[in-house]
Amino acid sequence: MDLTDAKRIVVIGGGQAAAQAIQSLRMGGYAGELTLVGEEPALPYQRPPLSKAYMKGEFAEERLYFKPAAWYADNKVELVLSTRATAINRTDRKVELEHGGHLDYDALILATGSRPRALPIEGADLEHVYALRGLADVERIRPQMVAGRSILIVGAGYIGLEAAAVAQQMGLKTTVLEMAPRVLARVTSPVMSEFYETEHRRQGVDIRTITSLSKLEGKDGAVTAAVLSDGTKLDADIVLVGIGILPNEELAKDAGIACNNGILVDRDARTSDPRVFAAGDCASRPLVHFGRAGRLESVHNAIEQGKLAAAAILGKPRPNEDCPWFWSDQYDLKLQIAGLSAGYDQIVVRGSPEDRKFAAFYLKNGTLIAVDAINSPPEFLASKKLIMSGAKLSADILADTSISMKEIATNAVAA
Amino acid sequence: MAKITYIDCEGTERVVEAQNGETVMEAAIKNSIPGIDADCGGACACATCHVYVDQGFMDKVGEQEEMEKSMLDFAENVQENSRLSCQITVSEDLDGLKVTTPESQH
Repeated sequence: MDLTDAKRIVVIGGGQAAAQAIQSLRMGGYAGELTLVGEEPALPYQRPPLSKAYMKGEFAEERLYFKPAAWYADNKVELVLSTRATAINRTDRKVELEHGGHLDYDALILATGSRPRALPIEGADLEHVYALRGLADVERIRPQMVAGRSILIVGAGYIGLEAAAVAQQMGLKTTVLEMAPRVLARVTSPVMSEFYETEHRRQGVDIRTITSLSKLEGKDGAVTAAVLSDGTKLDADIVLVGIGILPNEELAKDAGIACNNGILVDRDARTSDPRVFAAGDCASRPLVHFGRAGRLESVHNAIEQGKLAAAAILGKPRPNEDCPWFWSDQYDLKLQIAGLSAGYDQIVVRGSPEDRKFAAFYLKNGTLIAVDAINSPPEFLASKKLIMSGAKLSADILADTSISMKEIATNAVAA
Repeated sequence: MAKITYIDCEGTERVVEAQNGETVMEAAIKNSIPGIDADCGGACACATCHVYVDQGFMDKVGEQEEMEKSMLDFAENVQENSRLSCQITVSEDLDGLKVTTPESQH
């Protein structure tokens, strides 16, 4: 459907995908009405620092904002904040708002994000039991992060481990529980899991795998202790739950838009309704370089889909669908990930984990599909290109640190 | 506060009043300077805020840390005065700084 005559565009969401879509629309020359509806009171902001530097209190809230308030005024973007969109009426092309009223649209972008999976156990509703998703969560958690207190982190994914690193550095007694036999089990290989387990333990974090939480106990409404699946009882002043996120797809689903663990979109970020787009955590998209569809929870994905949606609405050529990438900061370790490792049949390690500077390459049928690079930007940056090229690579060459990544990339792409 | 001039690859100059403590990248993003993507928001994770620093300011913008050096080593069209603008913090000393953005950040 041609939407180049759209005069009213509504974007629902206040995160990375929403911010990108709005910028791309204005930069791309869209001059019509543009409205952003966000549940949170803050201007659209970056989430990655929430479990990293911002959690430590290293900088002011304003530095999380993508753009200052003046930018929205200068660019004639109407901000409807602290407001939930409650329904989409696709027949009349209206978005209903919780405080009454509605917004008309010619094109609609859903950038509704995701929400933390809730912990289905007794005591989960006690005070000082938190999830970490938005600014408001950090505002609640930070005053409790006092040296000497005990924090129990449930779930050893990236959020859990990043928060564990922050808590440990702030002097809290930090314990991490993970149901699976290893940390990061859902997202990476045993090589990386072992590396991070070793690192966190060396830093003093108590990591307990194959252990789950049975219940939380409290006093005067606040959590005091946790009972684990093995019967152990641990003191806990703070509990932080990081057991994954769920896409906010209900708005779309209730409006009859196709969803399946995410709002289903095509390569242009278009949903089953040609006037409605979805971008970021909430969307399940074709992963063209990997021959399947799926939901990616990352900054790069949000930026890319924000751009795709804007380009499709403006009738511009489809922007590049680049190699997916991610990062995680823990202590002084920078992990940079390129590609998607699911389905690999070979791991090649370059460098040595003991040096805290190494990379794990994931190959499938001799082709590179992903890399986890610790403090190794060249391995990461070269892999982004190599993954896209689909070139065959030899394990011996990848593992040989006497050959630079530049050389490997040049030779592989040429072949 | 420092006046910073961003010059795009076609030579167009844009002057911005940057606040002390923010980075040269942040000042650019706030003011919608084209040519700087800064996808990772300043985490030194993406190498999409590459700039060329005016020669006269090379000693004022501070030393590169190992991570930045290593990221730049793999960026396109790197020169001696290449820096990642997320790693340059604004101070009075940088008043008058000129940086040029490359043709592409990818």
